Amino acid sequence: MTPKTVSPNIMSPKTLSTVDAAALRRLRIDAPEGFVDTVLDALGLHHPDQLVTVTSPAGDLFVAFSDDGISAVMPTALFGGDPEKFATQHREETGRPVVAGIRPPAGLVSALRSGRATSLRYDLSGLTPFERAVLTKTLEIPSGEVRPYGWVARQIGRPKAVRAVGSALGRNPVPVLIPCHRVVRSDGQIGNYGLGVPMKRALLSAEGVDITRLERLADAGVRYIGSDTTKVFCVPSCVHARRIRSAHEVRFRTEAAALGAGYRPCAHCTPAAVRSAS
Amino acid sequence: MAQPSNAAVLDGMADDLDAGYGAFVRAHSTAVFSTALRLSGSRAEADDLAQETFIRAYKALRRFDSERVLLLEARPWLVTITLNLWRNSLRRAARRPRETNATHPEPPDRRRGPEAAVEDGEDSQFLVGLLRALPEHHRVPVVLRHVVGLSYAEISSVLDCPVGTAKANVARGLDRLRSLADSPAPPAKKNKKESP
Repeated sequence: MTPKTVSPNIMSPKTLSTVDAAALRRLRIDAPEGFVDTVLDALGLHHPDQLVTVTSPAGDLFVAFSDDGISAVMPTALFGGDPEKFATQHREETGRPVVAGIRPPAGLVSALRSGRATSLRYDLSGLTPFERAVLTKTLEIPSGEVRPYGWVARQIGRPKAVRAVGSALGRNPVPVLIPCHRVVRSDGQIGNYGLGVPMKRALLSAEGVDITRLERLADAGVRYIGSDTTKVFCVPSCVHARRIRSAHEVRFRTEAAALGAGYRPCAHCTPAAVRSAS
Repeated sequence: MAQPSNAAVLDGMADDLDAGYGAFVRAHSTAVFSTALRLSGSRAEADDLAQETFIRAYKALRRFDSERVLLLEARPWLVTITLNLWRNSLRRAARRPRETNATHPEPPDRRRGPEAAVEDGEDSQFLVGLLRALPEHHRVPVVLRHVVGLSYAEISSVLDCPVGTAKANVARGLDRLRSLADSPAPPAKKNKKESP
């Protein structure tokens, strides 16, 4: 084969310059696709993850996990319900194959029911330290409440990285469990979601968030709600804000306005937590 | 995605060999595969040689303590393994000449089809033919220096010769390549995988 391909070149004589370092450098070729996996497989270094299907407020979910924790969560609907398709994607993303699991990891089913998934183990080893910090912080947002992207950014000590927080949440490998649906735009609007905005609204409604109220406040430019009896201000979805009677409710457009009016930030929803540090 | 630095890859392996080995393979797969491909001249053989290199390397690394892992000169070390495996395979092939060489004389590059031609480009195909015409003692240093990109010091450690000898052999190999490029005879005809 090759001699034939070569001969036309021989007929048209090559100049000396053909054989130089640059030409030889071009003979450097990447190993074939999948080479790393083949080697790791041969060495038995691929520990498979287990795969189970569970029901949730977001519909049926594929959940991949190992002893190291839960590494992936995806609605089965995205794969036409086909675990093989999920397995292919999971392998591309994590390098690990999946095998059928016998039962879901401990605590998963009750976490999905209660919306409190803080005590589950997660395997976020494939992520950057920044992405891990964003997701770990997001995990603290209680069911039924939302926080702005900027809140996450401030809480992890990167107040300017608001957009980066958005993209890190967009790459959340374990949505629904790590509740990136509870992070909203800084103006209070619901914002985007990796699994689609309708899914975000459905998940929030299912855990009792009054989306209509939040959107009405956002439209009016209201970012914080205070109580004139306690002189404490909160983000509107905070469990304490929701307890304020309308007669005592005071609305603020900015954190500075609330602080200027002599209100202190709520210790639960920490609307201004990092402020003193900076 | 940015490639992790060589030190970071070694750190990862010193920390946990099993967890860090994937990154190590990824970091050096191009160097090892290119070495294997340009020495053997066959894609399928290169695949085998490269895989076997990383399997041997893993087994060796298991016996290293973490300090030794951190001091590893990864590329020359891996390339030495590839080179030895390739020489062994040549020796094995020579030991059963009836089967492989005499009865069914194999075209040296039988598994490199049109795909490879496209991948390499016309000029590279020409050069691949020339390289294969070089005797081993010239081809190996040229491949290590100019295809794989090892330094002369690294080549001298791989070939276990003084740096000056490594330099001289690379230079002689290049000269030889250039004179082959100008010679009218199709160089691939002269190819023998091994020169005694």
